[in-house]
Amino acid sequence: MNKELRRISIASLAMFVALFVSTSVIQVFEVDELRADPRNVRTLYESYSAERGPILLNGTPIAQSVAVDTPFAFLRQYPEPAVYAPVTGYFTLNQGNTGVEGAYNDFLTGTANEQFLDQLGALVTGQRPRGAAVQLTIDPVVQQAAYDALGNLKGAIVAIEPSTGRILAMVSTPSFDPNRLAAHDTESVLAAYDELLADPNDPLVNRTISGDLYFPGSTFKVLVAAAAFDSGRFTPEDAFPNPARLALPLSTDTITNSNGGTCGSEATVTIATALRLSCNVPFAELGVALGEDTLAEYTEAFGFGTTFEVPMEATPSSFPTGLDDAQLMLSSFGQYDVRVTPLQVALISAAIANGGNLMQPTLLDRIIAPDLSIVEQPEATLSSQPISRITAETMTQLMVDGVANGAASNARIEGVAVAGKTGTAENGDDAPYTLWFTGFAPADNPQVAIAVVVEDGGGRGQSGSGNQIAAPIAKRVLEAVLSR
Amino acid sequence: MNSTEPGDGRVGGTVDLGPPRPTLTEAITIKLRTPAKLRNLELLLLVFAIGITGAAVVLVQLGAIGEIDTTVLIYGAGLGMLALGMHVVLRITAPDADPFILPIVVTLNGLGVAMIYRLDLAEGLEGWESAGIRQMVWTAIAMAIALAVLLVVRNHRVLARYRYVAMLVGIGLLLLPMLPGIGQTINGARLWIQLGPFSFQPGEIGKIALAVFFAGYLVTARESLSMVGRSFLGMRFPRGKDLGPILIVWLAAMAVLVFQRDLGTSLLYFGLFLVMIYVATSRLSWVLLGLGLFVSGALIASQTLSYVNARFAAWLGAFDPENYDAIGGSYQLVQGLFGLANGGLIGTGLGQGRPNIVPLAESDFIIASLGEELGLVGLFAILGLYLLFVARGFRIGFNGTDDFGRLLAVGLAFVIALQVFVVIGGVTRVIPLTGLTTPFLAAGGSSLVANWIIAALLLRLSDTVRHQPRLVVTDDE
Repeated sequence: MNKELRRISIASLAMFVALFVSTSVIQVFEVDELRADPRNVRTLYESYSAERGPILLNGTPIAQSVAVDTPFAFLRQYPEPAVYAPVTGYFTLNQGNTGVEGAYNDFLTGTANEQFLDQLGALVTGQRPRGAAVQLTIDPVVQQAAYDALGNLKGAIVAIEPSTGRILAMVSTPSFDPNRLAAHDTESVLAAYDELLADPNDPLVNRTISGDLYFPGSTFKVLVAAAAFDSGRFTPEDAFPNPARLALPLSTDTITNSNGGTCGSEATVTIATALRLSCNVPFAELGVALGEDTLAEYTEAFGFGTTFEVPMEATPSSFPTGLDDAQLMLSSFGQYDVRVTPLQVALISAAIANGGNLMQPTLLDRIIAPDLSIVEQPEATLSSQPISRITAETMTQLMVDGVANGAASNARIEGVAVAGKTGTAENGDDAPYTLWFTGFAPADNPQVAIAVVVEDGGGRGQSGSGNQIAAPIAKRVLEAVLSR
Repeated sequence: MNSTEPGDGRVGGTVDLGPPRPTLTEAITIKLRTPAKLRNLELLLLVFAIGITGAAVVLVQLGAIGEIDTTVLIYGAGLGMLALGMHVVLRITAPDADPFILPIVVTLNGLGVAMIYRLDLAEGLEGWESAGIRQMVWTAIAMAIALAVLLVVRNHRVLARYRYVAMLVGIGLLLLPMLPGIGQTINGARLWIQLGPFSFQPGEIGKIALAVFFAGYLVTARESLSMVGRSFLGMRFPRGKDLGPILIVWLAAMAVLVFQRDLGTSLLYFGLFLVMIYVATSRLSWVLLGLGLFVSGALIASQTLSYVNARFAAWLGAFDPENYDAIGGSYQLVQGLFGLANGGLIGTGLGQGRPNIVPLAESDFIIASLGEELGLVGLFAILGLYLLFVARGFRIGFNGTDDFGRLLAVGLAFVIALQVFVVIGGVTRVIPLTGLTTPFLAAGGSSLVANWIIAALLLRLSDTVRHQPRLVVTDDE
């Protein structure tokens, strides 16, 4: 009987060994896989049960979690939803997160590697882990001014501190209410999400860094002129033939200036005058003289082709390649296939304002742990040096002249030297224009560089201009910065 | 050891022969002194077990509601007193009983109560609605019944006399839920009877009755079952007329499978019978025959009975959407796995996880709940406790002198081992999921009462074993 008993004991032990193995496999080896399963609501609940850190501007939350009595424990709230939606993005149960909510999710939930020691501490003390607060560089006054200035227009504004790359305002209209997407009722969230997605005005798109990108139009002339001077091949006083029409090579089409006539009354026109009056024909001639390679080199140095992470990834702006002369002419005043984000346009002005040094643009001021220790505080970093200090000073003078005496007159501010350039980009035969302003102020000690874009001709089809619509908007934002 | 050896070496101290070895009579005295030591060890472990339970309840309260509710602790203290009372009874009526069984059972039962209470807190249940309160009442009842068993059954051999009564009671209890009127179907399985406000799973008690019957029957019938028969493939197979019992038990198991729709109970009874017949007759052929019968029966069932079929599909393809979304599919199983994964190595901590997401988290899936909040470490501790419990039962089987007692002890211990394996194996996908309860842990009165009776019987058996004069002779035990 003992032999049988021994066998039964071994069989029983084997059953227990099977259980030791099966529990170990599940609780150790398959943990990651099981946690990643989309049907595992625990992972979702977990991400909510930790109090998600707020998104702050100077200590004031623009996104915060408040305790509620649902299984998710905390509800995300946005006190100023529309003004800051492009910055905060949205935070949803099952549609992902965008904006800062998405880009700094690990920090906000407290699961970032940098917060590992805090998590360990929370485990030992038994406290619920809390996420870190993310403080942004946005200036609420500037942001509000920019949002108000755009009003009902469809467009975007980026304002940057040139010396640091800190983004002071990031506005995209029409905006949306992220509170609707933060609800814990999946059905209403889905309904709101579908509605926003179906909206032809694309409110979910942050136009400053993504979307379909824009033709920069005449604002691109700033970059072309800077390339011309910085390459050492041209000075502002170098002159080009001044016809009213320039035939496109191998085509019946012609290029005209926006006023329909010549650029000034002379037989030739200097680059300085062409920039101040924003003439297309001389820039077409200059572009061909510079060549595609030089333009490609300078666009790249100014940030084209770079995916800026602010921390959201900005769509890289692009300058076309393999151009024939006609395409190069059109590209030289920001048409054909030059595509930009408002962020990129603002960066061109910022680089000029900062003596030719392009600073890495960022929204992040600092990340603050729940115990108020600073987890991360980025220092201003140089992104590139597209042009020399001399070129930058030259460009500053020309752009100040453009506002004071030229085509960007509506950005003038009493007692302040504003540097600026307007743009009125064509989008096809009957399509309304895209209206631009970019610049910085004050010219001698730049505090802010800006890009304003207004879609659909600001409601005026093909009759509006950058100076009419975009420049006054920019002026209001610049004033908001200068009166801080 | 020999008392005729020269003793002056010890007295004089000039020649060191090592420590004195006890004489035969001295050895007997030592053996007779052990009971007090055993009971003291039991008391120490019992206090420890009650302490663990109390700490678990406090942690549950702190984790789930952030404050301490003393009423529940007072109830718990009452149960602790009852356990200590049981210890006192053991000191008087079974001083040689195994010192580990009671503390193990108290720990498991206490952890179960703490977890069930924790799930109540998550669901916001109070008073009679609270399964935790009910479980505490059932624990008190179960302990009282176990005490009664200890007091009434002073000599286990008496049970052998009632083997046929036990058979009738066992089969009767097994079939009771099939009676119209009182039988009740819960979650597809017809295992319950409803009497007034109480529902009861008579099959749980039935397994004890059947273990008694098997032990009694096999002890008397082992000669004919093991000696006679035809040899085939090197094994001696039983005669046709001796096949009666195994066929009857097989039919009963199949009846449970088909009519009560419960694979687990069916497997439990049949496994119990096979192990006992094997130990009694030393004939592997019985086991093979029985396994063959059961497997073929289960295979036919899996093809023809949709619920068995669904259980197999949910087991093999738990993560397939079609099984996951199916009614009665693998949703519960997969959610249990998510819970276990959430616990990981060290668990979320009591009251900190979300075990209440899993359906039946307090009964069938309590092991997933415990695994989530106590982690792999906690599950290993629980499995370790079960293993020790089963080992103590087998130990009686090894050391016992009368074959009825040995068989009964092995049967009762194995039924716990098998039940643990079937339940936890089902939750962790070793085998298809079935509807058995986790002994001592899961919410449910019948299961608690039955398992406490098993513990009481093992305590009684272990006491008898140590009383045997055989122990005195085995000097090198």
